[in-house]
Amino acid sequence: MAKVLMKGNEAIAEAAIRAGCINYFAYPITPQSEVAEYLVKRLPEEGGVFLQGESEVAVGYMIFGAAAAGERVMTTSSSPGISLMSESISYIAAANCPAVFVNIMRGGPGLGGILPSQGDYFQATKGGGHGDYHLLVLAPDGVQEAVEMTMQAFTLAEKYRGPVMILGDGLIGQMMEPVEFPEDLATKPSNKDDWATNGMDTRKSKKRNLVKSLFLDPTELNNNNLALKAKYIQMKKEEIQFEAYNTDVDYKVLITSYGTMSRVSRTAIDLLKQEGIEVAMLRPKTLFPFPEQAVFDAATKESCKAVISIEMSMGQMVEDVERCVKGQRPVEFYGECGGDIPSPEKIIEIIKAMI
Amino acid sequence: MGKAFSKPKALSDTMTHYCPGCTHGIVHRLVAEVIDELGIQGRTVGIAPVGCAVLAYNYFNCDFQEAAHGRAPAMATGIKRVRPDLIVFTYQGDGDLASIGMGEIIHAANRGEKFTTIFINNAIYGMTGGQMAPTTMPGQRASTAPTGRNTDLTGMPIRMANLLSQLVTPSYITRQAVLKPQQINKTKKAIKKAFEYQVEGKCFSLVEVISTCPTNWGLTPLDSLKWAEENLLPYYELGDFKTPE
Repeated sequence: MAKVLMKGNEAIAEAAIRAGCINYFAYPITPQSEVAEYLVKRLPEEGGVFLQGESEVAVGYMIFGAAAAGERVMTTSSSPGISLMSESISYIAAANCPAVFVNIMRGGPGLGGILPSQGDYFQATKGGGHGDYHLLVLAPDGVQEAVEMTMQAFTLAEKYRGPVMILGDGLIGQMMEPVEFPEDLATKPSNKDDWATNGMDTRKSKKRNLVKSLFLDPTELNNNNLALKAKYIQMKKEEIQFEAYNTDVDYKVLITSYGTMSRVSRTAIDLLKQEGIEVAMLRPKTLFPFPEQAVFDAATKESCKAVISIEMSMGQMVEDVERCVKGQRPVEFYGECGGDIPSPEKIIEIIKAMI
Repeated sequence: MGKAFSKPKALSDTMTHYCPGCTHGIVHRLVAEVIDELGIQGRTVGIAPVGCAVLAYNYFNCDFQEAAHGRAPAMATGIKRVRPDLIVFTYQGDGDLASIGMGEIIHAANRGEKFTTIFINNAIYGMTGGQMAPTTMPGQRASTAPTGRNTDLTGMPIRMANLLSQLVTPSYITRQAVLKPQQINKTKKAIKKAFEYQVEGKCFSLVEVISTCPTNWGLTPLDSLKWAEENLLPYYELGDFKTPE
């Protein structure tokens, strides 16, 4: 298939349709409103549903209702909107329903700003809503990967019957890049007979289905949490994705970066190489499950003296990096946020000071 | 001779947790009878609220979802938009619908979502133990209004049926009661009409049902019926507030 030039937000929208998702509910928020503006035109062509809800709170439950009825469904938002949706994400996780949430992150906290940020790492990977649950979190580094991950997200959501998040930032949403839509990622509908609330008549058994998150009996609640935990353990075994960059050589410093930040880190690594300084990068593509072993292995390579996490935040993923390095190497941090993106020059300066 | 009276198929064969004298059981039965009469059990999805009726999902024998507090109309919207062939109803109390879920119900009604809402108004929070609701009457005692609702501080009770009937979008909005047999029969007719409008794909419907809560009102079941008749009905006028025709 030929490459097309597309804005990230529109590419994500088209990818959802290509993955067989024709149901979209959303509330406008910068910098991702182009997704809705694209889908309001495209979805009627596909016989799908487009609805602008009255709030992100309500949208979260429109997603929940549609997902629980067994239909493939997606919403997109940005940081403050995801905060409002986090209540529903907790319920969706607890009730074991597949749904895809896209967060095109902007600067926070509070109303923050509309420029790119990675300040929602904690929110995406450590909870956001209440209770013991995780989202499976995919972090694309550009428009092509945003397309591929959006398409994968529906397969993963249905495999694990739970919420999956695409965690991008304002750069991914707003920049235009050439993109190719992979056909082999288009997902097949899964069998939903044993759980979806789409009417008893649809099942041979004629047994009714119930989607809920209330378990007043402590043993039942514990069992539901144990079942969720089992899913997260399976994700850790089967779904970890990462990219190792320049790890074949004897590097002195390991950078950890994800998303668009990793592209700046990559430029810095290439420029340092020209000066004869070898630096590698471990880029998590899944933020949950986190590539724990890969980070440990890359950090503890004999030549590697130190690790630095570079992020568009005040230091969030670095906590996971420290956890994975287990004190075997010093772990440093450099980050800017609110729209000030760390430059390759600044990264080079910091790395030179480290060695 | 055939069986003259039996439990509706759309009700499951189980004990409810409702208190003695609570009118939820009556309304559950009316909804189930309507589902049976319209032959829609196999394509009906109910949505339980947060509150006493959260466990409604155990008492109805049809597919069910359980919502977060107040969000049932948003969930119903989600289902109905992606599966317009399903029959969807929400069953909500007054804390759920008139307080935390005010935004969701108004916008669902205003969009003309083609589902049915059964709104149980007993002027108090039941499940959490008798706190003041937006529907609590002036002077009515509640655990968070121990000397009675002070309207200077909390405003007057919200009349949801009146409020929703002000929306321009066509809908069926009615207020009924289940304090007397005649009222129960009328409520059944209203619920049936509401579901029929949905089956025809016509409009959003809300049936507000004036109900009792003997436990949290601190009254016997019989005194509760009397109290509701004397205190709630003069303020919460019964009847159709809006029809789609």
